[in-house]
Amino acid sequence: MRKLFIPIVVVAAAMFAWAPVGIARVPFESTMLLVQKIFYFHFATWMAVTAAVIVCGVSSAIYLFKGTPAADHYAVASAELTAIFCTFGLFSGSLWGRKAWGVWWQWDARLTMAFLLEMVFLGYLLVRKYGGPGSEKLAAAMGIFGAATAPFIYKSVDWWRTIHPQTSVMKTLGSQFPAAWNLVWFCSAAFLLLFVVLLSARVRLEELRAQMDRAYLAAEE
Amino acid sequence: MIRRIGFLFSAGGAMLFTAATGFAQSQPAQDGFVPVTGVPASEQIPAAPLVVAVYAFFLLLMMFYLWTIWRRIARVEADMRALEHRQGSASRER
Repeated sequence: MRKLFIPIVVVAAAMFAWAPVGIARVPFESTMLLVQKIFYFHFATWMAVTAAVIVCGVSSAIYLFKGTPAADHYAVASAELTAIFCTFGLFSGSLWGRKAWGVWWQWDARLTMAFLLEMVFLGYLLVRKYGGPGSEKLAAAMGIFGAATAPFIYKSVDWWRTIHPQTSVMKTLGSQFPAAWNLVWFCSAAFLLLFVVLLSARVRLEELRAQMDRAYLAAEE
Repeated sequence: MIRRIGFLFSAGGAMLFTAATGFAQSQPAQDGFVPVTGVPASEQIPAAPLVVAVYAFFLLLMMFYLWTIWRRIARVEADMRALEHRQGSASRER
């Protein structure tokens, strides 16, 4: 993984450098016009949130049932990234909604559940910071339950009436608007690479902290 | 004098009446809210500041987050160096 870190950083940086050019060049959507250009990063950030939530859930389960320290490093790193990407997802959605729906926020199923996801992972981070000894196990349980909400958030627009577009929008996008379809997956790939880069850096921080804890224990003995 | 004041009052009253009836003819009284389809361009929220705000916020958020990771790694590395230094000086004293 460490050998691939620099090439991934370079590819991700190149993709993020080209993304604004692609977004500027892609044709406008017929009803929403300019504001629809928020879509390319808005959708992509939720793809990164999905990846972060899956990594956190799986790592938390491994740590809780097997006690592997490396899994805990991945769990805490991905929980922090979930909170970061979720913040951007909610912010970008709010600004898009202001123009498209006329409101900054609406307490409908999709938006409320996404907000609760952010709250769960902020809670996870607070437990890790202030929970004291043994908080890793409690946080791992929170990580598993936080990840378990992801499928409900995804399907919420199909199960309940909301003002947020349904999942079927993405199914028809490829045939109706191929340029947007290609660009949104390009941006999603860029966000997933960014997620990998940030995850690696954040895991490195956890490894260093664990190394320092071991060094302090050795010094005391 | 009284005639002049009376003339002024009657002229002013006539002007007000004419203006009021003219306004009433041009703008009929509206009974409640009337819906319209479409909003004039001057009333619409501009999209450009929202789009710029989203992309600027993303850039700032990522820069801030990278800076926090870098700062935390630097702090841990400084602590480790300090610990190694203390261990080294303690072993020399023995």
